[in-house]
Amino acid sequence: MTPPVVHIRDLRKVYVVSQQQAGARAALQGLIHRRKVEVPAVDGISFDVAAGEIVGFLGPNGAGKTTTLKILSGLLHPTSGEATVLGYAPWKRERSFLRQMTLVMGQRNQLIWDIPAINSFELNRVIYRIPVEDYRRTVAELTDLLDLGPLLHKPVRNLSLGERMKCEIAAALLHRPKVVFLDEPTIGLDVTMQRRIRSFIADYKRRFEATILLTSHYMTDVETLSRRVVVIHHGRLLFDGDLSILVRKFTSHKTIVVQLGDCQADLSSYGDVVSCEDGRTTLRVPKAETAHVTERLLADLPVIDLLVEDPPIEEVIERVFAQGAQ
Amino acid sequence: MKAMVELYIQQFKTTLTMMFQYRASLLIWMIGQVLEPLVYLIVWSVVSASSGGSVGSYTTADFAAYYIILMVVNQVTYTWIMYEFEYRIREGGFSFALLKPVHPIHSDIADNVSSKVITLPVMILIAAGLGVVFHASISPAPWAVAMFIPVLLLAFLVRFLLEWTLAQAAFWTTRVGAINQLYFVLMLFLAGQIAPLTLLPSPLQAAAAVLPFRWLISFPVELLLGRLSPGETLVGLGAQVAWLVVSIVLMRIVWRAGLRTYTAVGA
Repeated sequence: MTPPVVHIRDLRKVYVVSQQQAGARAALQGLIHRRKVEVPAVDGISFDVAAGEIVGFLGPNGAGKTTTLKILSGLLHPTSGEATVLGYAPWKRERSFLRQMTLVMGQRNQLIWDIPAINSFELNRVIYRIPVEDYRRTVAELTDLLDLGPLLHKPVRNLSLGERMKCEIAAALLHRPKVVFLDEPTIGLDVTMQRRIRSFIADYKRRFEATILLTSHYMTDVETLSRRVVVIHHGRLLFDGDLSILVRKFTSHKTIVVQLGDCQADLSSYGDVVSCEDGRTTLRVPKAETAHVTERLLADLPVIDLLVEDPPIEEVIERVFAQGAQ
Repeated sequence: MKAMVELYIQQFKTTLTMMFQYRASLLIWMIGQVLEPLVYLIVWSVVSASSGGSVGSYTTADFAAYYIILMVVNQVTYTWIMYEFEYRIREGGFSFALLKPVHPIHSDIADNVSSKVITLPVMILIAAGLGVVFHASISPAPWAVAMFIPVLLLAFLVRFLLEWTLAQAAFWTTRVGAINQLYFVLMLFLAGQIAPLTLLPSPLQAAAAVLPFRWLISFPVELLLGRLSPGETLVGLGAQVAWLVVSIVLMRIVWRAGLRTYTAVGA
């Protein structure tokens, strides 16, 4: 068996934060003695990612996702526990390690603001010592996949957020890293651009057999890209496994949409009525009763159409977090 | 080695592109670089004229020559890394530098040298023009002119390394302004900017020579003015080399400690 590309065991990262109460008196006290508080951002998580795998990393704000990615890319020193990437200890930042990985942060930019992206690309070419032919080929491929053609020669400050993000991602992948850490790569982007970036990530993984760890607020990102998800909350691991299992495990209800033509009928005896619009009533029904309720609806009422659905994944995740918080 | 040369060349191109984006601010910045020594020049010219044509060993024409050479020396050795570093750490851009498989100081040196290559010719023209206007007189010996090049280069390297090291204060505090301010005041008095060092009280002169300051600006100026003997020049060169070694060691120690702090705290 090949060793995992990313390996984390009992990883902890504790930030020491100085605290200060409001008011002048507290400010003066703060000059002499600052109260230090330890805040565990990552509190003992373990998981592995195999070569070529793509894993969705989920959690609400402040769950410890970014901290974990920063540890894995060598920007942060863990407080305790193990973390290796491609067999390297990331925080040693060995050059051979740095040449094989990348970190894309959706809210930060590496491209130089005032000049065209292609200049930043060229700078990365020499920094990563990419042979000229490889560089040309990769730029051509990335241009093709991300539709960068008209963007590369405009000053970065003149690009829209989505255009800039595409260039950011390309800049981070010029050296064809084997390991890709993506921290909210689609944040703030419109739906079309999100879809574009998503399909690109899937393409990149296929083409270069890269290992990808991705965080996102958008469930669709995770849903379409990765079968496996790792859910953390308050720095602790809540779930690690197949997305469909997560959904099954945390879904107690199904949604039934019945179309009757109008909203006159009272369906509350069949389940919780969530809404009724244009004659379409949405019911929430315990999972075990779904078949039975469907049968009764079809027998009792002049049903035009009927649809049984899983609740939206956002709802599932919300429930996961809510349980994790307890 | 080849990869390093390529990196410097590429950084040069990038800096060039950036400077053309900032033409206006470049111009304003250069005016500032000229104006500051020009103000001192005018003040000292007036003082010297009103006290019988000279102050200490400096005649009015000497003051002109002193400040015009200082203008060029300051231009060559100047860095903006302290502002840059603070910004990088505050805005998180520094993280990207850490992800790259190359020490970030290389890009900074290359960037600095690149912009000097572009601005220096303009500065020399301005200096020559001012020299005519203010009747500056210099007649350095050929050996002093020859020595001026390595001395200026060393002054640049030491100043760059010291300021790069000082800039790393940003790892520990978000208020580096105070540290910068202290450093600028010391530079103003002890590097020969506000007045030629020989006009200062002797304790200050001694401090300037023991500390690195004299060797960063004043020393190359004194050399080209023809105020140093070959012996004094060699002593100065020795002091510069010593400070170069000290500043490299210091830079490495502080860099390592700074990184430890940065990777412990995050940004």
